[in-house]
Amino acid sequence: MHVSFTDDELAFQQEVRAFLEEEYPDDIRRKQDSGLPIGRDDIVRWQKILYEKGWAAVNWPVEHGGTGWTTIQKYIFENEMGKVNAPLFVPFGMKMVGPIIYTFGNDDQKKRFLPDILASDTWWCQGYSEPGSGSDLASLKTKADRTGDHYIVNGTKTWTTLAHYADWIFCLVRTSSDVARRQDGISFLLIDMKSRGVSVKPIPTIDGGRDINEVHFENVEVPVENLIGKEGKGWTYGKVLLQHERTNMATVPQSKYRLRKLKREAASPISGAASLMEDPNFARKVAVAEIELKALEYTELRTLAAIAVGKAPGPESSILKIKGTVVQQMLDELFLEAAGYYALPYLSDRYDVDFPEIEKITYDAQTKSSLKYFNNRKATIYGGSNEIQKNIIAKHVLGL
Amino acid sequence: MLADSVARFIDNEYDFESRQQIVEGGVGYSRELWQTYAELGWTAIPFAESDGGFDGGPIELILLMEQFGRGLVVEPYLPTIVLAGGVLRRIASAKQRKKWLSGIIEGRTQAALAFAEPQARFEISDVATTADANGNGFILNGQKNLVLNGNNADLLIIPARTGGAQSDENGITLFAVASDSTGIDRKDYATVDGHHAADISFKDLHVDSESILGAVGKGYATLQAVIDEATLAVCAEAVGILRTMHDKTVEYAKNRVQFGVPIGTFQALQHRMVDMLMACEQTYSLLLWAAMLNADGDADAPKAISALKYQIGTAGRTVAQEAVQIHGGMGVTWELDISHYFKRFTAIELLFGNADFHLNRYLARTLHESAR
Repeated sequence: MHVSFTDDELAFQQEVRAFLEEEYPDDIRRKQDSGLPIGRDDIVRWQKILYEKGWAAVNWPVEHGGTGWTTIQKYIFENEMGKVNAPLFVPFGMKMVGPIIYTFGNDDQKKRFLPDILASDTWWCQGYSEPGSGSDLASLKTKADRTGDHYIVNGTKTWTTLAHYADWIFCLVRTSSDVARRQDGISFLLIDMKSRGVSVKPIPTIDGGRDINEVHFENVEVPVENLIGKEGKGWTYGKVLLQHERTNMATVPQSKYRLRKLKREAASPISGAASLMEDPNFARKVAVAEIELKALEYTELRTLAAIAVGKAPGPESSILKIKGTVVQQMLDELFLEAAGYYALPYLSDRYDVDFPEIEKITYDAQTKSSLKYFNNRKATIYGGSNEIQKNIIAKHVLGL
Repeated sequence: MLADSVARFIDNEYDFESRQQIVEGGVGYSRELWQTYAELGWTAIPFAESDGGFDGGPIELILLMEQFGRGLVVEPYLPTIVLAGGVLRRIASAKQRKKWLSGIIEGRTQAALAFAEPQARFEISDVATTADANGNGFILNGQKNLVLNGNNADLLIIPARTGGAQSDENGITLFAVASDSTGIDRKDYATVDGHHAADISFKDLHVDSESILGAVGKGYATLQAVIDEATLAVCAEAVGILRTMHDKTVEYAKNRVQFGVPIGTFQALQHRMVDMLMACEQTYSLLLWAAMLNADGDADAPKAISALKYQIGTAGRTVAQEAVQIHGGMGVTWELDISHYFKRFTAIELLFGNADFHLNRYLARTLHESAR
């Protein structure tokens, strides 16, 4: 494994850079750089630009609209996107349910759902966690009872990110309780958010944000055609997806971008005298974060090298999720410390998507550092908490 | 006894729902409760008996503030009584005491100390606000940010520079100014921890000789002593927060069932909760040490306070983060109190200098000792 690129790969890198120069919208770039919120319309607009280029489905098979790139090309692409801090692709459709549908779905389901996911015409959300089923997801209770050619779904899903934007939800539901293993009673069901009986309630988060929701299902009729694969196989399908979710969580390019930004900000003089980077206490912590990030970058490259020769991402991918989120939080802390008192005002109306002014950037970005620090405590909790990740590594890698 | 009565008050009158209602109300604190604090004598604690107070010291202060941390109290005790009141009780003249102190003690007057400036980070000697001599008085120009309780204050205590370079300790004068004076412009805001503050600018603010506190150009020593005491106070509040976060985490772990058992039965989590306990106890020990040195007027008191503040921002931060983590998804919701404890704790980390700032201060004093 080596990290020097071939001439072809370098040419591809130039191609990606040129595309971003020309096509990455200035207004979205400004918002991303200053930490101001981007809304549903901005996200869809950007994803459609990638779709028009044919670059939306980086990991999909070519037959379904994928790019057909090598592992190195995918790595180059993700790196260049991260360098400019382009918005991450909303994962639920493109990176989660899409792969499940083309892997385990039937031809009809592929035809119905995949093109709209590819074109960002359908927004998906994930119905997994429940109030009583967080880490112990297999204990989930949302029921889907088969009646004729429908399932009747009853239950509550929680922590559903951006459900208020979503057109569809993919759910793990319990179709049978008469099983030896709880997992064997779980099925994978696609549900139209406009179905009668589906209601969405926001769950305000620690920072005052309203990105996550509770989705309640009351006697929701779901056509049998919306079942993926076989009843009782939902857990297996979901597990495959969760492993993909974990590799995405290393977020190395995004953390590199933030580290560069942090060093720039911390280099500004304070108190008319030295900059924060000249304080050995702070500089040391920045160096430690940088070293951790470099280690993570190479652990990810090693994982990608394995994938490149045909191995699927296994339990080792849990390391990327653990360390990726820990590094994110190290950077959150450093941004908070760098902001000092500027982190304390709570100017909540400025974080509304519709707030028109984006000129007052420095002050707002710094005040955002505390909200980001608060909100991102979730990183070590979601996607399978870091504790669960360690259990998986202990069991499946160490055999303990 | 004081600790007990404050604890009882928190238990009976200041549950989380009540606290949230106060936070979301108009001015961010309860005027009724402030009167209650005055009636209970709490607003009088640190002041001299001759001024109508109880001659309370740092020990009384930390007992009270620890309970305020436990209850996430948002009433402006720190800004009015500890900060502004702290300046007045040290250097106000008899006339100034008569004018301002009884109002504060009796709960009629709100106050604030403008200790921070936009360019200064945590350095209280960095004062760019100028006070130019004008007859017997001065004309003030400049800006202060994060004036705690600045949105409510009737009285503003303003450090301004009458001499010296921008970062000199010498040449800082403290002024007591009515907040409705001409030349004061305010931007009020809520802070992320449920409290309120203001950014205040002064443009040709005329102040007379009556407003000068203590000696002209000699205000730094008082300012530093008051900030030290306020640092001790918020550390005590932080200890109350940490102990509460720890207790709630243990309780949660005993009740939250996943995989058929309470998650508190998992050894990995048990060890972490024990680590949290040890950190809380060690922090409390440093709090007592720092408070005792401060009460004795010991020369090492500022160093001890820096050690304590460093501990809060390191070991304390870990306790707070672990509490949220062990609460899982619930720990990051607005609805659960644990997230609000986390936010106030984080604000305290930054107030009056973060861990790095205080480590440097501790080191500077250590090196100074070694050089002797």
